[in-house]
Amino acid sequence: MLNNCDPSRFLASKLENVPPSGIRRFFDLVSDIDDVVSLGVGEPDFHTPWHIREACIHAIEEGETSYTSNFGLKELREEISNLYLLRHSTHYNPENEVLITTGVSEALDIAIRTIVNPGDEIIIVEPSYVAYTPSVIFSGGTPVPVKTHVENNFKLVPEDLRSAISDKTKAIILNYPNNPTGAAMGKKELELIADIVEENDLLVISDEIYECLTYNKKHTCFATLEGMKERTILLNGFSKAYSMTGFRVAYALAPPELINAMMLIHQYTMLCAPTIAQIGAIEALKYGNSSMDKMVREYDRRRRLIVNGFNDIGLSCFEPEGAFYAFPSVRSTGLTSEHFAEKLLNEQKVATVPGDVFGESGEGFLRCSYAASTENIKIALERIEQFISDLE
Amino acid sequence: MDNVDKNILEILEQDARTKPDEIAKLTGISGEEIQEKIKRFEQAGIIRKYKTIVDWDVAGEDYVYAIIELKVTLQRRQGYQVIAERLYKFDEVRSVRLISGDHDISLTVRGKSMKQVAFFVAEKIATLENIQSTSTHFVLKTYKEDGVILSETEQVKRLPITP
Ligand SMILES: Cc1ncc(COP(=O)(O)O)c(C=O)c1O
Repeated sequence: MLNNCDPSRFLASKLENVPPSGIRRFFDLVSDIDDVVSLGVGEPDFHTPWHIREACIHAIEEGETSYTSNFGLKELREEISNLYLLRHSTHYNPENEVLITTGVSEALDIAIRTIVNPGDEIIIVEPSYVAYTPSVIFSGGTPVPVKTHVENNFKLVPEDLRSAISDKTKAIILNYPNNPTGAAMGKKELELIADIVEENDLLVISDEIYECLTYNKKHTCFATLEGMKERTILLNGFSKAYSMTGFRVAYALAPPELINAMMLIHQYTMLCAPTIAQIGAIEALKYGNSSMDKMVREYDRRRRLIVNGFNDIGLSCFEPEGAFYAFPSVRSTGLTSEHFAEKLLNEQKVATVPGDVFGESGEGFLRCSYAASTENIKIALERIEQFISDLE
Repeated sequence: MDNVDKNILEILEQDARTKPDEIAKLTGISGEEIQEKIKRFEQAGIIRKYKTIVDWDVAGEDYVYAIIELKVTLQRRQGYQVIAERLYKFDEVRSVRLISGDHDISLTVRGKSMKQVAFFVAEKIATLENIQSTSTHFVLKTYKEDGVILSETEQVKRLPITP
């Protein structure tokens, strides 16, 4: 007899391969505690610049509330195309090489679904953003992790990549500047990766959502490397650079054949990205640069504060070059990431995210977001220092 | 103006009490260098003054502010500068601006009461030789002062942990 009361019998079996989210678990822990200072937030603490919000309010008043073209507003696609021409001297045709999506989250999902056949292997560079592995599993592919290490400042080492490639490998997902490590890769380093990509005829999904948040370093757009444009799906968005996480708007840039295929899924599953958010995105690209520059300078100051702070306390922390995360090591304490983070939360009310949530190679580290006020970073550092001295 | 200079000024603009050592931590430059740079900003007049924005309403001190718009007649060999000087020497006058439009000069005046401000304008300002007419607007409430929003408590809307 079947137990007719248990709805879980309806679930698809592939979901069993997706482990419960470690972020979710920590979120539940934090929610039970008052007065927590959080370094656990993966989104900017700045409000969306007012002129962007105001442009959206105005658009609502004007009644710009219908669907847009499946591809997204033409003006937005043109602005993005211009941006890449100016910033990276590379041309994407706004007619058929630019797709506006509902966040990089959607772009990532449809990019993976567009290319994966059952059994295809997708290489994921770990520690990695939490959505990559599940997205590959949802689409029936096999995620293959490649570890990166603090000794290399969490940059992808060519030999490690090479040894992860098999004849089933279809693509590799890159994310520099990186969530959770804050690592960035320079042109020369990426060129070595590009050589391997070419040799093995792979595709690259490059999630460059943190492009604008780089410090003392020029961002290299993967698609601009020689021979890479034809084999890169570039993802970028407005969430981080312009503090627009809740708007849900981003874009994918790729050759027409790939954008067309992504469009096929997008038009039936999303129809179009939120119209108001697209209008906000146009405003951001046209007039948002000075507010973005100001936010980047502020992040950079906090980055110094937090990295030096950790090193002073005795949690060694390599210098992150992008995004808004510091990734200090807690190995010196003898605790696992999870144990450290949970104990720290309970004893000193500082929320962080244990590194192993982002893959095995994140074990021994904590992700600490410096998208928090200088004041809160200082308080958090003091509490962590107290926590460590209590351990001894 | 390079990035470091901009950083220092932004930090001080947000909180004038930030110590050189702290600015050093935030910018990666030594405390002595920061001190030297700040001295140079002060000498060059880039940094004019350090001040505190006080919400006197909350403090319970009932100050009255008024914006006074003035029309002036210029006299031979006497530009706006001379008039401005006459005006800004009064302690009651908090700001003096040359403006475009219907009026020539705009003042903010602070007093203990409406009566006091009105008397001040009538006796000291309106009677000045070059002043053709005055138009007084009393301030009923200040919502934002010098880039700072007054009496607003920020609510944290972000979730404490996100990917
Ligand atoms: C690396 C990375 N990719 C994608 C996303 C999701 O971005 P979006 O808000 O555009 O969906 C995030 C957000 O945390 C991220 O860190």
